[in-house]
Amino acid sequence: MTLRELSLDDIEALAVGAWVLGTGGGGNPYLPLLNMRALYRDGHRVQLMDSADLADDDWVGTVANMGAPLVGQERLTDSLTLARAVTAMERHLGRRFRALMSMEIGGANGVRPFMAAAHLDLPVVDSDTMGRAYPEAQMTSVAVGGLTPYPLTAVDVRGFESIVHKVPTWKWTERVARKICVEYGSVAATCQPPRTGAEVKKWGIHGTTTKAIAIGQAVREAQRKHDDPIAAILSVEPGKLLYKGKVLDVARRATEGFLRGVLRLDGLDDWRGSAMTINFQNEWIVAWRDDKPLAMTPDLICVLDLVSGEAVGSETVRYGQRVTVIALPPPAVFLSPRGLDHVGPRAFGYDIDFRSVFEA
Amino acid sequence: MRRIGIDVGGTNTDAVLIEEGKVVRAVKAPTSEDVTTGILDSLKSLGSTGVLAGKRIDGVMIGTTHFINAVVQRRHLTKVAALRLGMPASASLPPFCDWPEDLAELVRGGVWMVEGGHEYDGRPFMPLDEAAVVKAAVEMKAKGLRSVAISSIFSPLDPSHEKRAAELVAAELPDAVITCSSDLGRIGLLERENAGLLNAALADLSRDTIAAFEKAIADSGIAAPLFITQNDGTVAEAHQARRLPVYSFASGATNSMRGAAYLSGLGDAMVVDVGGTTTDVGQLKHGFPREANSVVKVGGVRTLFRMPDLLSIGLGGGSHVSLESAGGPIKVGPVSVGYRLLRDGIAFGGRQLTTTDIAIASDVLQLGDKAKVAYLDAATCQKVFAAAARLAEEAIDRMKTEAGDVPLIAVGGGAFLIPDKLPGVSQVIHVQHGDCANAVGAAIAQVSGECDQIFKDMTRTDAIAAAQGIANDRAVAAGADRKTLSTIESEDMPLAYLPGNSVRVRVRVVGDVAAS
Repeated sequence: MTLRELSLDDIEALAVGAWVLGTGGGGNPYLPLLNMRALYRDGHRVQLMDSADLADDDWVGTVANMGAPLVGQERLTDSLTLARAVTAMERHLGRRFRALMSMEIGGANGVRPFMAAAHLDLPVVDSDTMGRAYPEAQMTSVAVGGLTPYPLTAVDVRGFESIVHKVPTWKWTERVARKICVEYGSVAATCQPPRTGAEVKKWGIHGTTTKAIAIGQAVREAQRKHDDPIAAILSVEPGKLLYKGKVLDVARRATEGFLRGVLRLDGLDDWRGSAMTINFQNEWIVAWRDDKPLAMTPDLICVLDLVSGEAVGSETVRYGQRVTVIALPPPAVFLSPRGLDHVGPRAFGYDIDFRSVFEA
Repeated sequence: MRRIGIDVGGTNTDAVLIEEGKVVRAVKAPTSEDVTTGILDSLKSLGSTGVLAGKRIDGVMIGTTHFINAVVQRRHLTKVAALRLGMPASASLPPFCDWPEDLAELVRGGVWMVEGGHEYDGRPFMPLDEAAVVKAAVEMKAKGLRSVAISSIFSPLDPSHEKRAAELVAAELPDAVITCSSDLGRIGLLERENAGLLNAALADLSRDTIAAFEKAIADSGIAAPLFITQNDGTVAEAHQARRLPVYSFASGATNSMRGAAYLSGLGDAMVVDVGGTTTDVGQLKHGFPREANSVVKVGGVRTLFRMPDLLSIGLGGGSHVSLESAGGPIKVGPVSVGYRLLRDGIAFGGRQLTTTDIAIASDVLQLGDKAKVAYLDAATCQKVFAAAARLAEEAIDRMKTEAGDVPLIAVGGGAFLIPDKLPGVSQVIHVQHGDCANAVGAAIAQVSGECDQIFKDMTRTDAIAAAQGIANDRAVAAGADRKTLSTIESEDMPLAYLPGNSVRVRVRVVGDVAAS
C-alpha cells in the first residue's frame, strides 16, 4: 500500500483547486489553508491514500463543516474541533477509522479532512462524495447509492457533541443536522455517516483531491509565469471555455435557508454583445447564453477571475468583476437517471432536461 | 464657505484655497522631514498674494500618505498587545497568524486570548472572562506595552465585550491607547482584527503626525478647525482621526479622484491620475470613488478597509523611455526616476530619457533645456506617446464597468501622457489645477457614517431603515450636518442557512461638515 505525504505546496494548490471545484459555493478555503500552514509549521504532516488500498471491512470517516460561511468568518474553523467530530463518531460506533475522507472536495470542506487528519494521524482517502460542492446532504454519490444515512456527529468548539442516531432518509439527515447546527450558532463540525471500505470503493468519487491539487498547481504556476491561468486549467482538465464577461448585476435572496439568485454577465472579447445569466443556489446551477440553457448541473460551472484564474464565489461576486466561465465534466455517478434525480436541473426546480455541455 | 485643502505627499505638500465653490489659488512646496515646516511653507505661499488676509476659514482639511507609508516601509511602528475575546473558538488562528513575518516581528508585543464574544444573532457565545482580561492587562503592563488592540467574535453586531474589556484594560493601564475592532467595522474576524492591530501599531505616529498638523495650523495663524481626510473621500475631526489612523490610509488616491470630480463637475466618470511613477485608474460613482469591496492587502496584511478600487500601473511623468534604437521596440516604464526627475532627466542635464523629456521635445511641456532633447524627432515622440497611451488605455478598459463609452478625467502632474482621444472613452477631460487635484479633493471632503450589521426578524425595508438610522447617527457623531445627509450606498445580503430572515445590511451616508 502506498501513502503519499502531501507537501505544504500541495496543500496550497489544493486550496486553490478546491475553490475552483466549489463551483461558486462551499466557502473560500483560505481559513482551512491558514490552519494547515500552522499545523505544518508545528511539524504535523498529512498522507493521501488511494481508495483501492482500503480493505472492504475498513471504516472511513467523512469529515465536513456545516453552517453559514459568514459565521465561519467570525468563529474561525478549528482543527481540533473537526478531529473531535471524528473521535465522537469512533466512540459512538465502538470502532476505529482506517482513514478519513472529504464529503465535498469543492470549497473549504475540500481541505478540512486534512485538518482533522493532522491531529489524528490518519490518512485521507483521495475520494469524496460530490466531486464538487453541493448545498444539501442528499446531493452526494453515497445518497445516490442509497447507503445508510446515519449516524452523524455534530460538534461545537465549546465541547457540545450531538449524535443524529437514526433517520429514514438523507433529506432527514440534512433537516435534523441543520437544526443542531443552527442552535450551535450556525456552525458545526460533523462526521458524516460512516462508510466501509467496500462502500467507498463502489460509491466514492475517486481521485478528486489529486484533481484539485493539479488544478491549483496549474493556476499557481501560470500566475508565477504570468501565463493565462484559465488555459492552464484547461490543459490539465478536459474542460470547456464557455464565456468571458463582466458582472452587470447580482441579485441575491435567501429562501429555505439557501442563498439563491441570478448573476448577469455582459460579454467581453469574442463574447461581446452576448449576454450570460447564471442561476445559483449557493453553487452555480444553470448558465444561460442569450436565454438558452448552455450548461447545467451536474456539469461543473466554474466562474473564475479573468486575470488570476482563482474562483469567484456566489456570496462575494460583485458588480464590475471580470470573469471567465468554464465547465468541467461531472462525476459519472450523477449522470444516471437516479443521479440526475438527486442533482439534475429538476432537483433545483428548473424544468429542463439535462444536456451536458460536453455532448455534441 | 472657505476651505483650505492640503495634501502632504512623499515629495510635495500641495495647498489650495477654495472659496464659494471656486479654486482661488493652488500652490506646491517640498514636503519636510518634520511635516510641520512643509505645511507652513505651503500655507505661507498660499497666503502670499493676500488671499487669506482677514478672512474667516471654515476648515483646513489635510490628506496624507504618512500612515500607509509607515506600514509599507515598516517604519515608526508601535509594539502592540493583541487581546482577543472569543475562546474557545478560533484558537488555532491567533492574532498575527496571517501577517508577513517581518511585520509581525516589529508589531507583535504579545497575544492574549480569553473567553467572550457573541453569536451571529446576538446571543453571547461565551461570557466575558473579566478576570482573564485583568490578568492580561497586568502582563501587558509588565511587558511595557502601551498600545492595545481588542477584538471579539461578532463585535460589529455587539461590541459590549470589547467595550467592557477596554474599560478593564484602561483601569490597569491608564495611559494605554486602546483600539476596539468594532470601531473598524465589518464581519470577518481576522481582517477586522488585522485592521485593529495596524491601527494600534500606528498609535505613536498618529499622535505625532496629527500634533505636527495642529502645530502647523496654529503657527500659521489660521484659526480654523482641522480635519483629516479618510479613505472614502470624507473627513474626520482631528481627534477622531488620531484614534483611527488606518481610516486615512488611502486618502491620497481618493482625494485626487474626488478633486477630479469637483474640478470637472462630473459625478460619474473614469479618472486617471498620472503621477511621477505610477498611474492610478479608478471610477467615480456619484462623485465618490468606487470602493473595493473585497479583501485589500496593506503592507502584506489582509484587511477589509473601505478603499477605492484602483488599478495602478507603472506609468508616469518620470517613467524611463527606451527607444527602438536600443534594439527592441519602444518601451515606457514601469521604472521611473521618481523625485529625481529634475536632476536625472535629459532636459535637466541628466542621462535618463523620460516621458517628461519627450513632452519637452514636443512642446507639450515648457520645462528644462529644450536644446538637450532637440535630437528627438517628432515621429519618435509620437511613437512614445502612443506607447504610453496604449498602457493607459488597457488600464482604463480593465477598470470600466460599463460597455459604452464613458468620460475620462485626466489629473496629476503627468496628465499630459493621456491623449485627447482613447477607445472606449467618450471624452478626455483635462482640468485647470488638475496637478493639485488631491489638495482640491481634501478641501471639498464630506463626513460619512456607515453601518454594516446583521438584522433578524425584520422586513427588508425595516432592516435597511434601521441601518440607515445608525449610519446617520454615526455621521453626525463624526461632525456632519444632519440636514445635509444623503445615502450613497445601500447593500443588503440575505444570509444563507440562517433562520428568521437574517439579512446583512451595509449603508453609508455622507453629509457636509457642520459649521462650528
